[in-house]
Amino acid sequence: MRLEDALRKLNEYPFASIAWVDDDGFPLGAAADFEVDAANGRVLLRRPAGEALAVPADREVSLIAGHIRPQPGIGYDERRYVELWGRVLSDGDRFVFTPQRAWGWDEAEMPFFEYSERTTPQARRYFEELTDEQGRPMRPRLALGWLLLRATRLPFLSATFVPVLLGIAIAARDGAFDPLTALLTVIAAAAVHLALNVANDVFDDLLGADPLNVNPTPYSGGSRVIQYGLLSRRQMAAMSAFLYVLAGAIGLGLVVYTRSLELLTIGIVGIALSVAYTAPPLKLVYRGLGEIDVALGFGPVMLLGAYVVQTGHVSLAALVASLPVAILVALILYVNEIPDRSADAAAGKRTLVVRLSSAAVIRVYLAAALGAFVLIVAGVAAGLLPLPTLLALVALPLAFRVYRGLETFYTSPYGLMSVMATNIRLHLVVGGLLLAGYMVAIAAAAAGLRLLG
Amino acid sequence: MGWLPAPVAELLDAALVADLTVVGRDGGPVTHPLIPLYDGERIYMTSSVLFSRKLEHIKRHPRVAVAITDPTALTHPLPGRATIQGTAAIVEDDPHSTWERVLPLWRAKEPVIDRFLGQRFALPLFFERAIIAITPLRCLYWADGDTSRAPSESRPEAAEAA
Repeated sequence: MRLEDALRKLNEYPFASIAWVDDDGFPLGAAADFEVDAANGRVLLRRPAGEALAVPADREVSLIAGHIRPQPGIGYDERRYVELWGRVLSDGDRFVFTPQRAWGWDEAEMPFFEYSERTTPQARRYFEELTDEQGRPMRPRLALGWLLLRATRLPFLSATFVPVLLGIAIAARDGAFDPLTALLTVIAAAAVHLALNVANDVFDDLLGADPLNVNPTPYSGGSRVIQYGLLSRRQMAAMSAFLYVLAGAIGLGLVVYTRSLELLTIGIVGIALSVAYTAPPLKLVYRGLGEIDVALGFGPVMLLGAYVVQTGHVSLAALVASLPVAILVALILYVNEIPDRSADAAAGKRTLVVRLSSAAVIRVYLAAALGAFVLIVAGVAAGLLPLPTLLALVALPLAFRVYRGLETFYTSPYGLMSVMATNIRLHLVVGGLLLAGYMVAIAAAAAGLRLLG
Repeated sequence: MGWLPAPVAELLDAALVADLTVVGRDGGPVTHPLIPLYDGERIYMTSSVLFSRKLEHIKRHPRVAVAITDPTALTHPLPGRATIQGTAAIVEDDPHSTWERVLPLWRAKEPVIDRFLGQRFALPLFFERAIIAITPLRCLYWADGDTSRAPSESRPEAAEAA
C-alpha cells in the first residue's frame, strides 16, 4: 500500500495503537491519540504515560488503526484496518512517527472472498511446511460427498438433464420410449458432462487460467479443488478419465443395442467436443469457440443423441427443439466467463467475453437470448414444435433480468453472482417448460385433442 | 485458574476484536486484528491457514502481546483498555478439526460462524485453522481507557501472592 494512501486512510480512524518489541523481546503497545501530518508524511502521537511504555527510538515501531461494526446476534462487519511501520522521534509530550511502509485491508474495497483467494498460495505453503514439521502428509480436507460435489461441479448437471430429457420426451411423443435405455442415456450424458468439468479444471490449472483467477464464484473460476490442494491434478485427471470411460462404455452398449450409425456418430462427436473444449491441441474455449462447442454439445448432440437412442434415427423436429436449449446453455458459459475475463486474458484464454467490449458482450447476450425465444415461436409456427411449448415464453422476463443485471454488475464479480444464478435458472426454466409442453402434447394426443397434440 | 484482573477478564470476554502483535521475520512488530477467546486461564485466537504467516512468526518467536484498544468493538460498553504480554503456542496437529475445541467460545462472539461452517465446502481453506494459545505473563490495564495516564500493571506471581 502506498504511504500516501495509508496516511489518508489512517486519518479516517478515531485512534490508533502503537506497538514495538521491548527489551525482553515481547511486543508491547497501547492506544494513542494521533494527528496525521500528510503534507510532511508523518503522524504526531500523544505519548503513552508510564515508564513501562517508553516508546523506543532505536527500533521499528508500528501503528495500527482498525474498525469493525458490531452486529448483535450475528458478529460484526465493515472490517478494515491499516498498519504502518517506521520510527519515532520524541517531540515534547508527543512523538513524531515517520512511516516507511504500510499494509492494510478494507473489505469494502477487496471482498473477503477475493482476499482469501489471493492468500491461497500461503495456505499451500503452510501445509507443505506442516508436512515437513510433522513428518506425515498434511493437506486440507473435505468430506468425500462434498469433495465430489465440488470437484465435479455436480449442480451444473441441469445443463445435461434438460436436453437429454427433452430428447427422450420428443421421442416419446413420436411413439418410442424405453425406460432402461432412457436411464442409461441420462447416466452416460451425465458422465460425459462431469468428465468435461473435471478435465476443464485439469487443463485450466495446467495452462494457468485458474491459478491466476482471484475472483472465482460458485458459478465461475472452476471448482478450485486443485488450487486449494484438496485433490491433485493427477487425481482429477484420473477422475476425468474414469468418467469418460464410463460414458464411452455405456455409449458403446447403446450403439450395439440400437445398431444405429447415427448414434455412433453423435457419440463420437459428443466426446470429441467434450475433450476439445479445453484439451490441447484444439483448446476451443481458449480460442473464443467455447460457446459454440458447448452449444453443440449440450444442445443438438445431447438432445439428438437421446432421441436417436429411443427411435434409431434423427428428426428435424428434434433438431429444432435443441436450438433454443443450445443457445441458452452457451449463454450460461458466456455470462460465467465475465468475472473470469481478467484471469482468462492473462492466461491467453481468448473467450468471446475477452475478445468483445463490455457493451458488445451485453448486446450479444440480449440478441442471443431473444433469438432462443424467437426460435421456439418459429418452431411452433412451422409445425415442428407442439403448441404447448409456447409455455416457455413465460421465462422471457428472466432474460431481461439477466440483461439488466449485466448492465449493473458487469465489473463486480460478486454482484454478478445473482445474475449468473438467474441466467442458469433461465436455461433450466425454459428447458423445463419445453419439457412440460411436450408432456402436455403427449397427454393431449392421448386424449384425442389434435390441436394441442 | 487465571490471574488476570477481573476487569481485564471482562474486557476479554466482551471484545469482538483484539490486536495480536507478534515479532516479524525482521524483528519488528506485526499486528493482526483477531477475535480474542478467553477461557479464564488462557487467551485463544484462531487463524485460518490462508492467513498463516503470523503462525510462522509465532513458531519462530513465541512472545506476543494482545491489546484491547477499540471501545466500540465490544459486545457491551466498557471503559477500560488493556495490553497483555504472554507466550503463545500453536495447536495445529489437525488443522481440519482441532480448532473446533474453541468453537463454543467463538460462537458466543460471532454466532453467524455456524452458518458459514454449514457451508464449509464453499470455504474449505478458511476452516482449516490453527489455535494460538496464549499464556498471559504481564498485564497493563487502563481502567478509564486513557493511555495518557500510567496503567496499572500486574503479573502472575503478584496475583498469586495476593
